[in-house]
Amino acid sequence: MTVEAMTVEKQDAVARFEATRSAYNRHKRIYTLLFWSAFAVCLVLSIIQSQFDLIKLANGLPRSTGFIIKMYSALTWENFGADLVDWFWGFDEWAKALATSLMMAFTATVLGTTFGGLLSFVASRNLMEKYWLYFITRRTLEIARTVPDIVWALIFIYPFGVGPLAGVLALTVHTTGAQGKLFSEVNENIDLKPIEGIRASGGNWFEEIRFAVVPQVLPNFLSYTFWRMALNVQAATVMGFVGAGGIGYELINAVKLLYFLDVGAILLMIIGTVFAIDMLSEKCRHYFIGQETLGG
Amino acid sequence: MATSGIESLGPEDIRSHKERYPRVFSRTPRERITSWLSWSAGFLFLLYCMWDIGFFSEKFYGSLGKLAVMLGQMFPPTGWDQFPTFADAILETLAMAFVGSLIGGIAAIPLGFLAAKNMMPIRPVQFGTRRFADVLRSADYLIWGLIFVRAIGLGPLPGIMAIAIIDTGILVVLYSEAIENIDRKQIEGVKASGGSGLEVIRFGVLPQVMPILLTNALYMFESNVRAATILGIVGAGGIGFLLTDNLRAFEFSNACLIILMIIVLVYVIDYLSRILRERYIRGDDYLQGDETQGEGSLIGNIMAKFKKSGS
Repeated sequence: MTVEAMTVEKQDAVARFEATRSAYNRHKRIYTLLFWSAFAVCLVLSIIQSQFDLIKLANGLPRSTGFIIKMYSALTWENFGADLVDWFWGFDEWAKALATSLMMAFTATVLGTTFGGLLSFVASRNLMEKYWLYFITRRTLEIARTVPDIVWALIFIYPFGVGPLAGVLALTVHTTGAQGKLFSEVNENIDLKPIEGIRASGGNWFEEIRFAVVPQVLPNFLSYTFWRMALNVQAATVMGFVGAGGIGYELINAVKLLYFLDVGAILLMIIGTVFAIDMLSEKCRHYFIGQETLGG
Repeated sequence: MATSGIESLGPEDIRSHKERYPRVFSRTPRERITSWLSWSAGFLFLLYCMWDIGFFSEKFYGSLGKLAVMLGQMFPPTGWDQFPTFADAILETLAMAFVGSLIGGIAAIPLGFLAAKNMMPIRPVQFGTRRFADVLRSADYLIWGLIFVRAIGLGPLPGIMAIAIIDTGILVVLYSEAIENIDRKQIEGVKASGGSGLEVIRFGVLPQVMPILLTNALYMFESNVRAATILGIVGAGGIGFLLTDNLRAFEFSNACLIILMIIVLVYVIDYLSRILRERYIRGDDYLQGDETQGEGSLIGNIMAKFKKSGS
């Protein structure tokens, strides 16, 4: 190959590269333009539909801040201890309601995870050979998960009456759906060889699940369960808004009666508890994921 | 030969191995007792909770029949004459989630930089921003909604603010984790060519983290749509208000229609958001040899996706 030919080929390569690049850039510009116009249209429509109003917002923000400041105005430096005792005058009652919330979350997590875990094996495409059974279970779990827990609570309030029972059932149904869906996704990603091994040694479906699937998925199940516990604690704090038990009832009453200080005290308790449970759940998850990597 | 393979292991060998390595064969008695005790303690606590909440009462079993009657009354869904009102409220729900997510997603960007260890050298500020974000997200959507309804008044605005606040709280943590995981070399490159602090962020950091930030913001939009459906329970706008209203008035079949509409809304949004995430945020696969995928119209691509995952 002569030097001239090489130069021509090089120029050719450069030209081709430039052509591809400009085509790519043009293409990208069109997409960017399309995307941003669609985005702008959505935004304008949303602002109209939701009556988003900056003036109203500007008026509302100072009032909201004032509201929040009033919640925490009980404390003075000179008399801190006595103020604190005074502020938390209803501590016993609130703590009891908070404990109910925690018990609701615990019960719903355990029951929901049990049901969801059992159903997840039926709702996994690779484990369930009967398609119709898989399909029905999967869709049922999806509906249980898609309907928000507080809506389940609104439904259960009617037959079960006001109280934590309706709240626990609502959280349980939602947890069953959520866990069932997440768990079945875990199940669908397992190694299938152990199943063949169990089948080859004459095991039935239940034995396949117990000895080939469960050991593979258990760490993930546990990790999701701790995560769900934290979410359920948060959800249980607002169940009382619709009368389904727990601290939410105390909170919504205090807000309705404009007892700002009580609202502040109860909020502090709720945020502290949710925060603590969140940290604890994180610790447990890391512990079990650590075990998984050790074992795997 | 006892050591030549697994098939030649006799019961004798197994016993001797069991004596030498007991923990391979079974847990120690102490471990077994601890495990057994903690499981039964947990189970007893569960039973206590269930008893305390009222699972073992007459009321519970008596109400099961009532529940069945109620579920029977929910079907078939009615209230189609009010469909336009419901659809309007559904759109309001969606709009609230969109505006709230946008505000939260943008507000979380500067806070995310403040909360990232590699961007914020002043430790108390970094730590303080994270804890502030934790406090924002520790209270539920409904709690923020309730507070803002009291301060601002009924309507979608307090709902938007509740969504924006929780969105910010969660995204600050996710954003700052994404920023902490970036490649330092690109930052050094920009610095070496004389870039200022802002230029480092614009050309060294943002191109790396933008896809992750967008993906997280979209995830949050999905979850905000779910939240927006219930904010109406405390009067903060959206479909939740009509749902509560119908349930309180014992119009169960109307409520059923609303719940079905919520399910459809959530499904559609999840589906669209998944397409956007997988197809349009995941970077430039156009240049990476997959040219046929980059061609064709947006609608064509969405339809192709539909065919692929619809099966």
